[in-house]
Amino acid sequence: MELEKKVLHLIENDARLSAKTMAVMLDEDEEKIAAIIDKLENEKYILGYNTIINWERMGNDGVTAMIDVKVTPEREVGFNNVAERICRFPEVRCVYLMSGTYDLSVTVTGETMQDVARFVSHKLSTLDQVQSTTTHFVLKRYKQDNFVFEEPQEDKRLVVSP
Amino acid sequence: MSSMSSYISGVVQEIPPSGIRKFFDLVTQTEGVISLGVGEPDFVTPWHIREACFYSLEKGYTMYTSNLGLPELREEIASYEKQKIGVSYSPGDEILVTVGVSEAVDLALRALVEPGDEVLIPEPSYVSYAPGTKLVYGKPVPLLTYDADEYRLRPDILEQAITPRSKVLILPFPNNPTGGIMKVEDLQALIDIIIKNDLIVLSDEIYAELTYEGEHVSIASFPGMKDRTVVFNGFSKAFAMTGWRIGYACGHPDIINAMNKIHQYTIMCAPIMAQKAAIEALRHGEGEMRKMVENYNYRRKLMLNGFRQVGLSCFEPRGAFYCFPSIKNSGMNSEDFCEKLLKEEKVAVVPGNAFGNCGEGYIRCCYAASVANIEEAIERMGRFLARHRKG
Repeated sequence: MELEKKVLHLIENDARLSAKTMAVMLDEDEEKIAAIIDKLENEKYILGYNTIINWERMGNDGVTAMIDVKVTPEREVGFNNVAERICRFPEVRCVYLMSGTYDLSVTVTGETMQDVARFVSHKLSTLDQVQSTTTHFVLKRYKQDNFVFEEPQEDKRLVVSP
Repeated sequence: MSSMSSYISGVVQEIPPSGIRKFFDLVTQTEGVISLGVGEPDFVTPWHIREACFYSLEKGYTMYTSNLGLPELREEIASYEKQKIGVSYSPGDEILVTVGVSEAVDLALRALVEPGDEVLIPEPSYVSYAPGTKLVYGKPVPLLTYDADEYRLRPDILEQAITPRSKVLILPFPNNPTGGIMKVEDLQALIDIIIKNDLIVLSDEIYAELTYEGEHVSIASFPGMKDRTVVFNGFSKAFAMTGWRIGYACGHPDIINAMNKIHQYTIMCAPIMAQKAAIEALRHGEGEMRKMVENYNYRRKLMLNGFRQVGLSCFEPRGAFYCFPSIKNSGMNSEDFCEKLLKEEKVAVVPGNAFGNCGEGYIRCCYAASVANIEEAIERMGRFLARHRKG
C-alpha cells in the first residue's frame, strides 16, 4: 500500500515516468512497479492519463463554462441519479456535488458560446430534477492542475556554481 | 589601460581564481547545454516563505536588526538545532545570524586564526575554506579523503597532519562535492585526537537536512565538544533559499562574540527581509522541505544507477545533492574530460580538481535537475564514454 501510494505520487506529477525509471527511484524491481501500475489501472485507482494543453496558444477559441445547478434530490438516491445523467453528456468535463448555495458544479466545453447555451437550455435545464442553472464563462485560465499558463518554465540558476 | 595588478595585496594575488569560474565562462558560451554543474536546488523557495518576505516589507520591516540577528529568528534557530542535533544554544549569546554560511566561515577563520596557524581541511571539499585561511595568513593543510573510505575523514589521516601549529579543523559533512557523510562512529573516532590536540572544530552542516541514510549527526553533540565546536548551518539548501544569503553560526559565547565583533564592523547585520523569511521557513517550512528532500533522493538513485550502467564508477553519495564519479578509465584528466564532454555532448559537469587536488580524476554532477534532463545527460555521457574509453 505504501509503495502503491509512492508510485501514485510520482506519476501524479509526471504521467510519462516509465516503470523502469520509477523502479530505480524507489529501489524496486521494474516488473514489480509495472505490475503495480497494471493493478492500479485495472482496479480504476488510475482512471486515465491526459495532457494539460494551452489551447489558446494554438489559436483555438473554444469556450469553457462552469454551471451552478440546483437540483431536487430524489428519495433513495439523493443527487446520484441526476449527477450520473449529467455525466453522460460528452460536452461535460467535470461534475461535482457542492456544499453551499447550489448543488452540482458542472464544467462544460464547447466550440462557441452558443454551443454551451444550447446545452444548458436544451439538455441541462430540461431535466426534471433541475430547478435552476447559473452559467459562468471562463475568460482566462491562469493555472490548471498545478501548471501555470504563460509562465516560462526556465531555469534561472547560473549554469555552473560551487 | 595600464596594469594596476602591482597594487593588489600579495595575499590576494596568491589566491588562485576559482576553477569553477573558468569553467563557467566556457559553459555560458555554449548553446543548448544540460547543466549538472550547478551547486543549488532546482526548486524555487516555497511560496509561503517568499510571501512572508513580501508581508514583512509591506509592514515596513526595512531597517537594521541587532548585530546578532532578530531575536525571534535566534529563538527559532535554537529550537531547530536542539531538535536537529540535540545541542542547546542560548539565543542570547551563542547564535549569530550571518550572510550565508560563507560569511560565517570567514568570520570564524578571522576570529580564530593567527598568522601561521594551521587549518586542517578535508579534501575534496567546498572551494572557500583554503582561500579563507590564506586571507588571514593561516596555512591550509589538506586532509585527503578517499573513494574507498566513502569520503569519510579517517582518524589516522587527521593525526598524521597535526603539528604544534594546528589550530582549527573544518568538518564539511555532508560533503560538497563528494556526498560523503560522517556517522556516529566516524566522528567518535576523531574526538580523542581533537581534544588531545586542543583543536577548534568548524562544522559546516549546510547540507544536514539532505542526508539520505540515517540521521545527520553533529560533532557538537559529543560530550566535551560543544564548547570547542562552531556549528554552521543555513537555509540555502534545505529550504531552497540560496539567493537570500542567510545562514548562522552556533558556538561558545566567547567565539560568537569575537565573530560578532568582525560582523558588526563589516556587515552590520544580515538583511532583515531574509531574516523574516528564515523565521517563516523554520516555523512552517518543514513539510515542503521534506518533500524536496524525498525528491532529491529519487533523483540521487536515478543518477547513481545511470552512471553505473554507462560504466562510470561512483561511490554512493549519502548526503547533499551531488554524485562524484571517477573518470579515470577515460584516460583524461578532469578538466579535459569536462571540456570535451561540454563540446561534444553539451553536458556541463564540474571538474573534481576544483575542490582540491585530490579531486583530480573525478567530476561533480548535481542531481538537482529534472528527471528528463538527468536521463538525457546520462545517455549523452554514455555515448561520450563509449567513444573515449581506454582499455
